[in-house]
Amino acid sequence: MSALATHYIYYMTAGLLVIGLYGMIGKKNLLKKLIGMNIFQTAIFLFFIYGAVKPGTTVPVLDIRIGMDAAAYINPLPHVLILTAIVVSVATTGVALALLISIYRRYGSLEESTILERMKQSS
Amino acid sequence: MRDELANPVVEGLSRFLVPFMQIFALYVITHGHYGPGGGFQGGVILAASMMLLRLALGEEYEHRRFSPTAATFVAATGILIYALAGLLPMAFGGRFLDYAYLPIPGLSNAELRYHGILIVESGVGMVVWGTLVTLFDHLLGRES
Amino acid sequence: MSHLPVLIPVTLLLSAFLIPLAGSIKRDFAFAIALVGAALAFAFTLAGLFTVITQGEIRYHLGGWAPPIGIEYVLDALSGFMATVVTLIGLVVLIYSRRSVLHEVAPRVVPLYALAMLLLAGLVGIIVTGDLFNFFVFLEISSISAYALMAIGDDRAPVAAFRYLILGSIAGSFYVLGVGFLYFSTGSLNMADVAQRLPELYQSRAVAAAAIFIFIALGLKMALFPLHLWLPDVYTYAPSAVTALIAPIMTKVAAYALIRMLLTVFQPAYLRDLLPLTSVIGWLAACGILYGSIMAIAQSDLRRMLAYSSISQIGYIGIGIGLANPLGIIGALLHILNHAFMKACLFLVAGNIRWRTGQWEIRRFAGLGRTMPWTMAGFSVAALSMVGIPPAAGFFSKWYLLLGSIDAGNWFFVAVILASSLLTAVYFFRVLEQVYATHTNEESAPMKASDPPLSMLLPTLFLGAGLLILGLFNSAIVTYILNSVAQPLQRPGS
Repeated sequence: MSALATHYIYYMTAGLLVIGLYGMIGKKNLLKKLIGMNIFQTAIFLFFIYGAVKPGTTVPVLDIRIGMDAAAYINPLPHVLILTAIVVSVATTGVALALLISIYRRYGSLEESTILERMKQSS
Repeated sequence: MRDELANPVVEGLSRFLVPFMQIFALYVITHGHYGPGGGFQGGVILAASMMLLRLALGEEYEHRRFSPTAATFVAATGILIYALAGLLPMAFGGRFLDYAYLPIPGLSNAELRYHGILIVESGVGMVVWGTLVTLFDHLLGRES
Repeated sequence: MSHLPVLIPVTLLLSAFLIPLAGSIKRDFAFAIALVGAALAFAFTLAGLFTVITQGEIRYHLGGWAPPIGIEYVLDALSGFMATVVTLIGLVVLIYSRRSVLHEVAPRVVPLYALAMLLLAGLVGIIVTGDLFNFFVFLEISSISAYALMAIGDDRAPVAAFRYLILGSIAGSFYVLGVGFLYFSTGSLNMADVAQRLPELYQSRAVAAAAIFIFIALGLKMALFPLHLWLPDVYTYAPSAVTALIAPIMTKVAAYALIRMLLTVFQPAYLRDLLPLTSVIGWLAACGILYGSIMAIAQSDLRRMLAYSSISQIGYIGIGIGLANPLGIIGALLHILNHAFMKACLFLVAGNIRWRTGQWEIRRFAGLGRTMPWTMAGFSVAALSMVGIPPAAGFFSKWYLLLGSIDAGNWFFVAVILASSLLTAVYFFRVLEQVYATHTNEESAPMKASDPPLSMLLPTLFLGAGLLILGLFNSAIVTYILNSVAQPLQRPGS
């Protein structure tokens, strides 16, 4: 029970991970797969951000009242990493959307079954 | 895209908002080396302001003011600035991205690092701004 | 102080961004810049490899910040070797690509070259970086440019690319998750630093989770059986020059990353002895070898056959990693080099055939042996090397893998390696028979074909000849480069 109380965010993150994974693998619509991918990545961002949390500390910007004591600030490194990961995720989503647009132009649908059917017809 | 959004409220509001967004974007870029912010965030805001204009005022109109070619050019210039800031120190005995070796006279090492990051952040801001606008244009563009 | 480790990726990255600028002036500039960039990068890697052999590894601290705070680029025997393979294959395929790309996807030449350079930059970055998170950034740079490259192609290419994108981003996310576990356990992202801190944490479940996540991620990128599902479609529908660029090097770089994790980050003591992930990889790879070979026999399309053969050949590399003994790793690394040459050569041949006849179907190849003699000579050498007939290079890597399996007393792997050579022979001799021995009427398309122009033929022949040369000089490669790499795997007391 105590693990649930202190680490409930990890369980929620794991839940989000599973939802995202289900979206990517279980859903048949390509756009829904992409949404699943974004949920999955967001869960990982949350995992990192929560890992950086230190109770009783403040934002990692030099504050004259606190001084140079590193222990009084939140660890900024995970934030920076996640900022980079967000950039990567934006780029991946951009490429994926471009692919979806070109798929839609060719097949007139984003449903996997319809696309497969039209692929067979054309060949 | 414009037909669905053509509406004096949308148009007026975005015309009003965009200057503030762009000033804020520049603030975020130039503020990044000593506070929260930086090239990526500022570049995204700058790109968002241009996307808003493209959506609200129509692509044809906006392309004349900031064309897709210009966006590519901005992105490539940004990476050049970044690469120069990285490579110049190497020519003067430092390592890649070691701003302390930037050939600017009259500044101490700490100041050089301080300003070096600003240069790199400006480059990054341009890259992000140009790339996102290019991406937007390609996603909305007709089959070319 | 040598700047080589950082110059290699920066050169490629810079040319990737110069290409759209120059390409908007004149389309041909794109090719010229790509060629110059790749040639420079290859020169830098050669210089780097030479320095490493003569003077030992180069550690480069970006921005002058020493690790573990700063990002470190490392050029040692392993990364120098891999970077040379990647830039060399990249350069050869780029030389080849000019006409082929103009022929197949003319309007998209400029973005194609920009993406190809970005892909190479990402792959080289993965190889030289000594930082776990920087690794992720380069992994994604290479993946994203690969998705876009694969989508250029025929009507089915975007669908295949999208499927790969979904799987690839699962891989990328799993990798970050694994790095997260490692970072929160050790407090460091520098590979050497993490390696130093890990032994105290070998009992930690977080570290085990990190290892499993990272290995699933890299297994997906490497197309290790059963995570290979994305590979055949992607290789089949992309333009032939793109396949020839991606197929030989991209999965190999993931294999390199696995070896790097095994040797540098987690250490053999952990992955081989405590948490036997390597043997899981080895057994999966053995299944992959058989599966890939059997599926390759069933294909009628040359590119699809080559794609399945890639799955089986990646299995060999996987077996080497799975054995995790010096001979096994030497075999795996040698096979990375040989297979890069073989697959590049075979896909270039496929591109040549497509260029002259427009065909991919193997049963329509009858007569090509007479009309495209040089191209088919390249194909024959590569096929013999795939089967593992000396003096072609493929024999020697399989030989080291066999020795490694015997050394480990794993007779199942020995049987798989031998059986797969037979299966490989079946699917390649089927093609060779069509090409050389089957008669056809004079009106068929192959009878009007001829060898492609020199700019396409020479790269093909270079790779074919390279296979024979590598076969002759493999002992030099092993002595000077690979032996020192495999050293940490020596079990104490043997």
